[in-house]
Amino acid sequence: MGTRTFYFLALMLTTAFTLVGCSGQKIGNATGDSSGGSVRLQGSGSTFVKPVMDKWMSEYGRAHPNVKADYQSTGSGAGIKAIQSQTADFGATDAAMTEDEMKQSPAEIVHIPVVLGAVVLTYNLEAVKEPLKLAPDVIADIYLGKIKKWDDPRIKADNPTAALPSTDITPVYRSDGSGTSDVFTDFLSKLNPEWKEKVGRTKNPQLPAGVGMGAKGNEGVMGQVKQTPNTIGYVELTFAKANNLPAALVKNSAGTFVEPSPETVTAAASGMLANAPADLRMQITNAGGANSYPISGIVYTLIYKEQKDAGKAKPMVDFLWWATHEGQAFTKDLHYSPIPADLVKKVEEKLLSITVGGKPVRQ
Amino acid sequence: MAQASGIGDKLFRSVLFIAAAVVLIIVGGMIAMMFYNSLPSIQRFGLSFLTGSEWNPAMDKYGALPFVYGTVVSSLMALLISVPISLGVAVYLTEQAPGRVARPIAFLVELLAAIPSVVYGLWGIFVLAPFIREYLGAFLQEYLGFLPFFQGRLTGIGMLTGGIILAIMITPIITAVVRDVLEAVPTTQREAALALGATKWETTQVVLVNAVPGIAGAVVLGLGRAIGETMAVTMVIGNTPQISMSLFEPAYTIASVLASNFADATGGVYLGALIEIGLILFLVTFVVNAIAKLLVIGVRRREGTVGG
Repeated sequence: MGTRTFYFLALMLTTAFTLVGCSGQKIGNATGDSSGGSVRLQGSGSTFVKPVMDKWMSEYGRAHPNVKADYQSTGSGAGIKAIQSQTADFGATDAAMTEDEMKQSPAEIVHIPVVLGAVVLTYNLEAVKEPLKLAPDVIADIYLGKIKKWDDPRIKADNPTAALPSTDITPVYRSDGSGTSDVFTDFLSKLNPEWKEKVGRTKNPQLPAGVGMGAKGNEGVMGQVKQTPNTIGYVELTFAKANNLPAALVKNSAGTFVEPSPETVTAAASGMLANAPADLRMQITNAGGANSYPISGIVYTLIYKEQKDAGKAKPMVDFLWWATHEGQAFTKDLHYSPIPADLVKKVEEKLLSITVGGKPVRQ
Repeated sequence: MAQASGIGDKLFRSVLFIAAAVVLIIVGGMIAMMFYNSLPSIQRFGLSFLTGSEWNPAMDKYGALPFVYGTVVSSLMALLISVPISLGVAVYLTEQAPGRVARPIAFLVELLAAIPSVVYGLWGIFVLAPFIREYLGAFLQEYLGFLPFFQGRLTGIGMLTGGIILAIMITPIITAVVRDVLEAVPTTQREAALALGATKWETTQVVLVNAVPGIAGAVVLGLGRAIGETMAVTMVIGNTPQISMSLFEPAYTIASVLASNFADATGGVYLGALIEIGLILFLVTFVVNAIAKLLVIGVRRREGTVGG
């Protein structure tokens, strides 16, 4: 045959192979095989939960050496997207999926609460020795740019003895899709109508022009606050503690300034759990009770109700069962809060409902 | 030499052709796929996307202007800082320096290009940002604070820091290409100038005039790199979609917003808007690099790489 025909055929074959190779979304587990002795589990999502998730995976790995689990902290938004597109075995998020996100998922996804945590306001002020007391309206106005200086009379009113400098406040927020942002903005939306209108409850808050700066991940916000004086940011309690930066006391619905801690988060959760919906998607911000920390959040892992890979389904469900039972012993040391007993029962029901090939994974 | 090639040669040629064709298919496929995926956003906003300055995923409002502004300003600032330095280094290395001094300097400059972007970002956060906050920025704000460029809140993270880091990152590229271009100018030109009684500096001027298209190509190449640089810029630019005259204010570039938000963009219009921004960047980089390549090749062909 002539050279031209030869080239043409070669080109067509190449194109055909390229197109077949990149055709559409592949359904089915994307993260390697699960045959033989060892299983690899891949989770991704919330940066909020990374410290305790890492601890769980390493402790579980020691007791079960054939299960190799690892976790990528990419942000809750990315975690939701990862489970939707099945690029991770399970996702983790502090923001429960919205109705739209549930509709866009290829199959039913179950929310499994694994731990509770506190979203704290941490700040970089050398001169201030005692943790600041902040009311919700003050926090909202700092992040809306209406309170511009640290020695603003409204901050001074709640902190008369603090040595507040007369410098500009730079609020730091999350530039990526963040469950921590969702909890934080939900809290402010409940209490501040202007916030609700201008920013709302969202994983991607947009502050008014000229206010604040964005950083990626809990780690990014923490790094920004630690490096730059006169900044304030919202992160999980464990990040502030690990970096020796203060966590502000926040005024709750009972009017008390509450210190964020595992105990005050548990106090917040126990009030709200009586009204938990069947799918366990809820917020526990601004809970009632004198000792409740108002900016508390639940971290969910997201898994498909019907698993496709039998080899992975059992180790994954077992891991989550362990994390929500024995694993809870590790939470307090890392400044997270264990899930209350009545929620654990509901978690067990959810885990027992996971099926593979029509049969429940765990009896 | 035998005339018609055997089957081995034919196979060899067709394999090479396939390799080249695959690259073309990939690039064409990328453009087509990006265009297709940004359709939800194109349909919603049309051309007003390019002029819209509000970016609010929570309210489903998207506009590319803050990112285009951030990219353009940071890249131009990088060029402004880097080009004089790069030209100076390249001229020094080719025209002035004795061999044993030139070689280590050239090596070190090229080493700058090998440093990973993330490391530049870390250096920016821990070293450059505090330096700008405490010394450079404070100095500029005190003495030149009447200019709108140096007003605004000084935190060390912002457009200026991003611009400076980009300048450091593109210097090795521009230097390397300009050196190439200057060496391609035939020695006859230099000898002629010296024979007519020119000083070393005047000879260098002659050489530079000869090399102008190539230098332009090098600058455009550096610009292309600056436009697309992601990690280092994301870490120091402040990630805030706003347009401000002040160089100290945080900003956002196209590459940074893609790095920050692509992984978690769910839904048609948000994802479409991000991909559309990426498409803009893709096309701009494509055009910029094509111009650069043409200019540089033009010089090389004109002067010839075999010395005159």
